[in-house]
Amino acid sequence: MSDSAEHTLDTRGLLCPLPVIRTQDRIRELAPGNVLHVLATDPGALHDIPAWCRVHGHEFVGAETEGRIYTVTVRVRDI
Amino acid sequence: MAEQRKAVALISGGLDSMLAARVVMDQGVIVEGVNFFTGFCVEGHTHAIRQKDRAKPKRNNALWVAEQLGIKLHIIDVIEEYKDVLLNPKHGYGSNMNPCLDCKVFMVKKACELFFDGAFMAEHGFDFVITGEVIGQRPKSQRRETMPVIARESGADDRLLRPLCAKLLPPTLPEREGWVDRDALHGFHGRNRKPQMALAREFGFTDWAQPAGGCCFLTDEKYSVKLVDLWQARGSRDYELDDIMLLKVGRHVRPNERFKLIIGREAGENEFLSGYKYRYAAMHTSSHRGPLCLIDGAPTTEDIQLAGRIVARYGQGRNAPAVTVSLERPDGTGETFETTPLPANELPERWHV
Repeated sequence: MSDSAEHTLDTRGLLCPLPVIRTQDRIRELAPGNVLHVLATDPGALHDIPAWCRVHGHEFVGAETEGRIYTVTVRVRDI
Repeated sequence: MAEQRKAVALISGGLDSMLAARVVMDQGVIVEGVNFFTGFCVEGHTHAIRQKDRAKPKRNNALWVAEQLGIKLHIIDVIEEYKDVLLNPKHGYGSNMNPCLDCKVFMVKKACELFFDGAFMAEHGFDFVITGEVIGQRPKSQRRETMPVIARESGADDRLLRPLCAKLLPPTLPEREGWVDRDALHGFHGRNRKPQMALAREFGFTDWAQPAGGCCFLTDEKYSVKLVDLWQARGSRDYELDDIMLLKVGRHVRPNERFKLIIGREAGENEFLSGYKYRYAAMHTSSHRGPLCLIDGAPTTEDIQLAGRIVARYGQGRNAPAVTVSLERPDGTGETFETTPLPANELPERWHV
């Protein structure tokens, strides 16, 4: 059974590629089915995190923008 | 059936490492990529700062290459460890502050640590490392004499395969063991890029990153000058990530050894600099529109007055008889004063770092 627990990672203020590096490191600690919301201020995260998900087989759920803060959501897959 | 071998490829985001990985993948080897973030990478972050660059489509080139190849890519933060490479390069620097040979040794060594018996090894077990090196391509690091130095000092020894120039080098373990077919590797050398272009066409690659001056700020002369200035002014060769990020942004003006001004050149830079108010004193003209300026160092009261005149010189009040300047310090204190913008001809060229 997969665990759908939700987690949040704050990468605000970091410049690319640090948001995607922090996302990668955090996902390594999570279980399949977990959902990770990544907060970022560098718009590059909107491109890098989905690209990272595609090459690793994790699911990019979606992205939201509120002012200058972006939230990128990823679901961890069993890979 | 023979066991399928695994290789870790150093992926910079440029063409050579992309080709090297693909050559080995075509031989049935499982390849995963690794990309190291030193803090000096031209990639990524710098594009997000300037307003005019925000509209440009941006991508992380290493991730893009991984997608084209269909391989996993691990991006590793080596900012802290890299300090020793830059500050104490055993083999010295290239034409600027680029420690290319030590850098290559460091990256191959790190790839071995991580993938041979480190964090990523647990469930995999990689057999060898691939780089996109080509003999004679780079004056500092990619020479015939440096190839064995990198293999030896990184500890990779004969588990380091350079698929693009392997035919010009002694056979490595993957070749001797038949994990890869030496005849299907290449013998590229020199600065001529035509063989790489032809191979790219053969693989159907039509697009790749070609960063001017390479993928590292340390090969950039202007950047290197600013880095050396920072060390001289502080009396110590050290840095934090914030320091090296700020060297990429704004106009740097040093009137004396006590302080330096970092002045935003446009809205995107002003906004970026404002994120550093927690660490640096910040100044702007409150009576007129103008840039945000950070003050690095320990300025005297007189220096602050001069800083105000310089900041005013870059704002819309530059021709006004008087402007009001506001100073905010990280501890929350501040001051506001009237001053006269410095005429352009009173700002010596040598103050520009």
